[in-house]
Amino acid sequence: MTWLARNREATLAVLIVLLVAAVSLYAPAFATPASLLGVLNDTAFLFMLALGQTMVILTRGIDLSVAANLALSGMLVALVGQYGPDMPAPVYLTLAIAIGAGLGGLIGGLVGGLGIPPIVVTLGALAIYRGMIVVIGGGDQVNASEMGASFQAFPKLAVFGLTSPFWIAVIVAIACQMFLTRSRTGRGLYAVGGNPVAARYCGVSLERTQFLVYALSGAISGLCGYLWVARYGVAYSEIALGYELTVIAACVIGGVSIGGGVGTVPGALLGALFLGAIVNALPTMQVSPFWQMAIAGGVILGAVVINARAETRTGKLILPEARGSAKAARP
Amino acid sequence: MSDAADRPASVIPDRLRNGWTDALLRWEAILVVLLVAVFVGNALATPWFLDIYNLADATYNFSEKAIIALPMALLILVREIDLSVGAIVALAALCIGYAAEAGLGAPGLVLVGLAVGLGCGVVNGALVTRVGVPSLVVTIGTMSLFRGIAQVSLGDQALTSFPPAFTALGQSYLINPPPLPLSFVLFVLLALLFGTFLHFTATGRRLFAIGANPVAAQFSGVRVARLRFRLFALSGLLSGLAAALLVARFGVVRPNIALGWELDVITVVIFGGVSIAGGVGSIPGVALAALVLGFATFGLTLLNVPGIVITVMLGLLLIVSIAAPIVLKSVFGAR
Repeated sequence: MTWLARNREATLAVLIVLLVAAVSLYAPAFATPASLLGVLNDTAFLFMLALGQTMVILTRGIDLSVAANLALSGMLVALVGQYGPDMPAPVYLTLAIAIGAGLGGLIGGLVGGLGIPPIVVTLGALAIYRGMIVVIGGGDQVNASEMGASFQAFPKLAVFGLTSPFWIAVIVAIACQMFLTRSRTGRGLYAVGGNPVAARYCGVSLERTQFLVYALSGAISGLCGYLWVARYGVAYSEIALGYELTVIAACVIGGVSIGGGVGTVPGALLGALFLGAIVNALPTMQVSPFWQMAIAGGVILGAVVINARAETRTGKLILPEARGSAKAARP
Repeated sequence: MSDAADRPASVIPDRLRNGWTDALLRWEAILVVLLVAVFVGNALATPWFLDIYNLADATYNFSEKAIIALPMALLILVREIDLSVGAIVALAALCIGYAAEAGLGAPGLVLVGLAVGLGCGVVNGALVTRVGVPSLVVTIGTMSLFRGIAQVSLGDQALTSFPPAFTALGQSYLINPPPLPLSFVLFVLLALLFGTFLHFTATGRRLFAIGANPVAAQFSGVRVARLRFRLFALSGLLSGLAAALLVARFGVVRPNIALGWELDVITVVIFGGVSIAGGVGSIPGVALAALVLGFATFGLTLLNVPGIVITVMLGLLLIVSIAAPIVLKSVFGAR
């Protein structure tokens, strides 16, 4: 199984290289260093959000509220930036992470504490968080001119042509990799997703694990919220509308199994990079941006069909329904 | 929910509700009370609510979603989900628009909507049951794909030319008086049909069996994959019908038509008492939930409550309606 997972990541990496090569042949402008660094910069948010989502999906959950959380955290931080004194960027970062973690923790409490299905909780939270942006902001947007100078400067800081969101994504990725592979709690996510009942008997707390993953996913969303709002210079209710689906798509393409227990940090990152490369390649190939959604859909379906084929070849499943039946196994 | 646990376990399958008389005593009864409360509250709050024409027009705003909620309820009952319904509506609406430009008449346009919807549903069903991909992932993918196709072909344009006989379907009353819009009549008829199917036929019982335990159902001779496939096709078909009604009502097709409907529809189904874990639910519950949410939204709109605030309320309602029974159960220790 590990060999298969590693193989999948290698396949995906090769696919991305082929994609970039093919696009570069067609549109040489895409292959310039500035353009390729731009892909990494633009995909920074997707990298981070996909990692948060991966941790949630590993425990058999799903977090549909990430984009709404991002928008609400971004709005709240932007309001602080508008009405508060001009503070150094780390203050905004910490604040955004705290707000996001709080919003995610609420979801984690409902999922872990009360045992409400995650899809229901996050669907409700999505609507509530989006609505709260309008309620709190009074229906107005916060524009670039209303945000402080230090507030806006941070996401535009660049080292080696890569902006700070990308470097933060690198830090988040390393932290996630360490957490998921080297820590007991992180391994616990795989245990909970692989077999919740067995995990419980082994002393892994379902409640605590679920609370943790939604809080972490929320913290990452909050972090992205500040960076997004400061980078694009506007905070309003429709920021990143529908982005949760792109995030889930990145995870699925990266081989994170929606059934839980299967998925790696490099996989999720490559899945995000694949989508990011496509999105950035379209304009250079003079393809209308209207194609973006259809292509994303096609790629998701292609990826899951290939995944499904790969899974059936292992011959472990006698009845396909056996996977679904364990979904409700909650002691 | 508490009395199921009091009965001997050998007789009662875990949490499966026993017929619909029992069900009516539970969540459906609360929904009836809520519906009455919504009517009384709104009637007291604004004098325009109880106007018969206002009420008839209010049904326009939720009938199409309520129609899609019926097959969605069956899908969730068998542990599947269809997130692509809004996108299917968009794609079907697009095809209706093009067919209208090609000069098709009203019956032809409705057929186009149904056919496109069915086709989309078959794609979903095939990917879920033949290829074996989880429906959540499949329908996230097809959601992007279907709406993406609509976006590619329409861009920022809109289709606006429809024959009057077609727009009359969505803009005039089927009978008057009493004023009854076609979409609402269709919803009521379909709800009766679905209710009879789910609660009074053997196949309907099989859906509960699949939802309660798909493996056991499979070993009991239930054609699990085939039934699931048909439910996806049905969900597509009725999304196509909703598209026809919606286009007839609006008289215009844009790529963002019915954007985000999947969330509204799922909210109706879950608020109607269908368990997302499968195996629990009833059509009367879903139909009542559609009415409660529809008239509550309409009443709030009459009171000039902003749409986004209504969204927040519906989100809270969804979570509270699921959390409340769990909290009550743990407080009173029924388990």
